[in-house]
Amino acid sequence: MKGATIVLSARRQDVLASLFRSSPFLIGLIIVAFWVICALFGSHIVPYDPYAEDILNALTPPSIEHWFGSDQLGRDIFSRVIVGSRDILTVAPLATILAICVGTVLGLLTGYFRGIVDDLISRLIEAKMAIPSIIIALLAITALGTSKMTVVIIIGLSFGTVVARTVRSAVLSERDLEYVAAAKLRRESAVHIMFIEILPNILSPILVESTVRLGYAIFAVATLSFIGFGLQPPSPDWGLAISTNYAMVSGGYWWTVLFDALAIASLVIGVNLIADGLHGALDD
Amino acid sequence: MLHYIARRFALSLVTLFVLSLLIFFLGQVLPGNVGRFLLGPDADQQAVEMLNHQLGLDRPLLVQYGTWIWRFVQGDMGESYVYRTPVVAFVSQALLHSLKLAAVAFLIVVPLGIMGGIIAALKVNRPLDRIISLGGLTATVLPEFVTAILLILIFGIWLRWLPISAAWPDGAGALGQLHYLILPAMPLVLVLFGYIARMARAGMIEALDSDYTRTAVLKGLPWRLVIWRHVLRNGLLPTIAVVATQTGYLVGGLLIVETLFRYQGIGSLIFNAARGRDFPMLEASVMVIGVTYAVATLLADLLYSFLNPRIRMVSSR
Repeated sequence: MKGATIVLSARRQDVLASLFRSSPFLIGLIIVAFWVICALFGSHIVPYDPYAEDILNALTPPSIEHWFGSDQLGRDIFSRVIVGSRDILTVAPLATILAICVGTVLGLLTGYFRGIVDDLISRLIEAKMAIPSIIIALLAITALGTSKMTVVIIIGLSFGTVVARTVRSAVLSERDLEYVAAAKLRRESAVHIMFIEILPNILSPILVESTVRLGYAIFAVATLSFIGFGLQPPSPDWGLAISTNYAMVSGGYWWTVLFDALAIASLVIGVNLIADGLHGALDD
Repeated sequence: MLHYIARRFALSLVTLFVLSLLIFFLGQVLPGNVGRFLLGPDADQQAVEMLNHQLGLDRPLLVQYGTWIWRFVQGDMGESYVYRTPVVAFVSQALLHSLKLAAVAFLIVVPLGIMGGIIAALKVNRPLDRIISLGGLTATVLPEFVTAILLILIFGIWLRWLPISAAWPDGAGALGQLHYLILPAMPLVLVLFGYIARMARAGMIEALDSDYTRTAVLKGLPWRLVIWRHVLRNGLLPTIAVVATQTGYLVGGLLIVETLFRYQGIGSLIFNAARGRDFPMLEASVMVIGVTYAVATLLADLLYSFLNPRIRMVSSR
């Protein structure tokens, strides 16, 4: 047992070392850390109140006073972009956590028991894959109404099916191994075997899947907000800001959308660099 | 082979059946009282009940589902709550428009993606490979509306090369229409490029590493011929399958792009139906997408098994 622990921690050190040697991973980490700090403390450090309207200074281009310019209500865009990280960094991670929980349980059940349950759930997942998550979310939100909670639940459940597929295939490669057979001989319950024996051994694919899903959750939440089915005004959310301002782009007011677009782009790329780095380090 | 086709076909039907249940549940059951929904909270209770009766929503769920799916199979997709006219005319018109936009995107991205993947695989782990792989990953993960906004700013506003709306003037010829469709197609191209290039790269690397490639090299075949005859044929197989499964994704992308560029396709139809709570329109268009996806993946699987005999051997045993 002690030997196993040492081997395990040695492997963990290997993984950590190779992660911190990979520059894409580090860049991703820095970007995401920056936005997390903005989400947590942004409202204390921004120069203006992100909700304060100042009609006399509406639509001013970037300047010394307003670094990123101001929007059509005269609100400071720099302050709004910084604080705008908060809502998406609450909703997307919550949805991801829900997806991981649902997906892990479903994946363990379908992978361990196989048979009719597996067939049924697999068909359901396949049918769901035929339409993009964004459209499922649109249908469900149209029926249920918009709120942060609905967005979390819909994206969480919808992504849960994708996580389930990953977990299922990880379980399939574990379920015939000796330690599972040994646990069966000890007459451990199925729940014990799934959650105490198998689950700890498939944590690394689950971890990689979580970071990948987080990237897609940010993608989905931003897109839903952009089409008006996600975060609602007056939230300074980036997708929402682009949605309210993009009609003015042809009038030359580029600063009302550019910085929000770059903010989304940087966050999504950051999360995916982390996911890519983890995938590379844990796969070896 | 026939057995394989039949099995694969049956599977698609089952998937479509489950999908129809899912759509029915989301569209008819979740909204609760549709009559109340349409008439608003101030409406008379009697009027609500009458409307529900008119729409057939007071019948048992099983009967409702049965009628809905039976009519759908016959091509009757119901009547729009908003326009009070049959949905099918809207859906078929929109589908045609979307196919046009999707075709432009595919025509650009498939050769580009495959070429990118091949180049990356031939220069594996060298700077060019890194650039293509990382660039592809970045392009794939960015939401379409973000890349669309950046492209509009660069090519539409600053450089003024391309129009920022997809609504071409009446009487525009094929080339004129293409001019208006390039910018809307680009966000889709960017997302798909990463997927296709990654698949092509992985398939090519595997083929380059294989025994048959080594044999071909060792027997003295010129490198160019080895690539052409052995590596490309085997390496690009999985890519074909991926291209078809992306039709499902494509519709999600179309929804955003069509809304952003004011293009009258299936995506903007879904969006407007969702905004107007026009459930028959919404259900019909999502179901049509499901059918399109099922047909596309079915064709891809058949093509794949036709090109790769090993699969049909295994499955027909």
